[in-house]
Order: sequence, then C-alpha cells, then structure tokens
Amino acid sequence: MKSLAELEQLRNKTLARVNLRKEDDSSIRVVVGMATCGIAAGARPVMKAIMDEIEKRNVANCYVTQTGCIGVCRLEPIVEVYLPGSEKITYVNMDADKAVKVVNETVVNGKVIDEYTIGAAENK
Amino acid sequence: MVELSLHILDIVQNSIKANSKLIEITISEDTRANLLSITIRDDGCGMEPDFLKNVTNPFCTTRTTRRVGMGISMFKSAAELTGGSFDIDSAVGEGTVIRACFVYDSIDRQPLGDMAATMVALINAKPDIDYLYRHSYNGNEFEFDTRQIKSVLGEELCLAEPEILRWIEDNIKNEIENIYGGAQ
Repeated sequence: MKSLAELEQLRNKTLARVNLRKEDDSSIRVVVGMATCGIAAGARPVMKAIMDEIEKRNVANCYVTQTGCIGVCRLEPIVEVYLPGSEKITYVNMDADKAVKVVNETVVNGKVIDEYTIGAAENK
Repeated sequence: MVELSLHILDIVQNSIKANSKLIEITISEDTRANLLSITIRDDGCGMEPDFLKNVTNPFCTTRTTRRVGMGISMFKSAAELTGGSFDIDSAVGEGTVIRACFVYDSIDRQPLGDMAATMVALINAKPDIDYLYRHSYNGNEFEFDTRQIKSVLGEELCLAEPEILRWIEDNIKNEIENIYGGAQ
C-alpha cells in the first residue's frame, strides 16, 4: 500500500469536516438492499451512484448503509430513505441514474419521487 | 451475477452476517497455469456440519424472507461452469473458508470486474470489520489491509467517510493496474 502520508493529510481534513457535522443530529439514512437478489439486480452501482452524488454535493447529514433481503426480490434494487421525522420511503427498480435523482430530490430537497416508490410499482 | 467481484460482494455478506471480525479475500490470477482462484476466509461463527453439507443447495438458507439462498450455489456453478472447482470448509466457532477455482481462459469465466467497487461497498457497509484483500497476477501482488488504514486514521475517524472511501477506491484501482503491468 502506498501514499499513506497522503491518507494522513486526508485524515486531518476529514476530521475537521466530521467534527462540524457532529453538532447536527438530523441525519438522513439511505439504505440499499445488498442480498444476493439486490446485488444480482445491480445494487452495487446504485450504492456507488448514491455515495458519489453525496460526496459530489457535499451532503453532510446523510449516510448510506446496506441491508439484507427486504422480501420483494422482484423489485430490486431497492433503496429506502429515512428522512428525520417522517415515514420511510421505499424506492424500487433502482438504477444508477434514478439513484442520483433520489439524492437530489429526496435527500437534498426532501421531496418524494412518487413514480419510483414501491406504491407506484405495485399499483401498475 | 455478471462479474466475479459481485459474487465476492455477495459471499462476503455471509461472513458479515456470521459476525466476523476479519475477512480475508485472496484473488490469484495465474495465466501461465490458466487459473484464477478466489478464496474468502472469515473468523465468523462457522456452520454446523449438517448445515455445511447442504449449504451449496439453493434451497438452503438462514434468511427468513424466502426459502431460497442462491449466493453460494451461484458462485459454485460459476466456477464449475468453467471446468474449475469449488470447496467450502467451516467449523463452529472457527470460521469459514470458501475457495473457487476458475479456468482462466474458459469462455464461461466471468470477468473479475470492479474489485475496487466491491471493496468500497463492503467497507462502507461494515467499517468496523477488518478486511485483508490480497491480489496477485502472475506473481505480481499487492495487499490491502484496513487495519493499516485504521492505524493511520486513529479511533475518532470512521472508514465510511466519502473522502476516505474515495481514497481507498483510487488506491485499490491503482494497485490492480500496477499488478497487471500498467494501464490495461
């Protein structure tokens, strides 16, 4: 492994940013289904797209995590968004482009994208 | 699954669920011997002998949402399709080792795919777990160890921060390019 010195520098920068964030507890959680069904359907690029967009937009109060099988494998990749103080939003049949929109609309602006929700998919 | 790296991401989920502390992923590519092998070793809870006997069966699973568990059976068939082999060994309290060998130039061998993306997804998922990822290509090798990164970052900083994950991803991509002998 090389450039550990570079990592050291990065550490100091990241620490400064993380310490700022700690004072704010209204964090948003984005959860990607990462069981066999999710991975086979394309969950990895979806998670990657979300992480990249969050980094790009420097969204401080959001973290991305994973879960196992949610139980509706045919609708994978599935992304769940937990906004503080409101109900969980479940987005289905995700891809990298839709995931970017989810970050921009739901995470940043707090708006639900109806057409991507599990409700819309099940009522088709 | 369309890439071996996706199988790895999937199989390691089992190690995560088994409460592993250290997960070792070893990839060895040897074009002269015409072999690609993937070994995943964890120190998780392990499996009972009866469960282990049946574990490559797609109708064997611990999950409760479905009665099927495709991960291990798909990984096994991906290896066997190339004329390769698959074995799994496990002991309760000791952990599990899975080893899959692929015939390198088989038309049915899936490409390795994006290992950097797989490692970043795993580290982001469970930054507390340590990962030791070793990868060799015809004798050139590199080692990536999250314990080393944690010793630089210290206790107060988690690996699952965007900048750190970006660094890890770039670092792994770089190392893989190097063992292949520069840009592929």
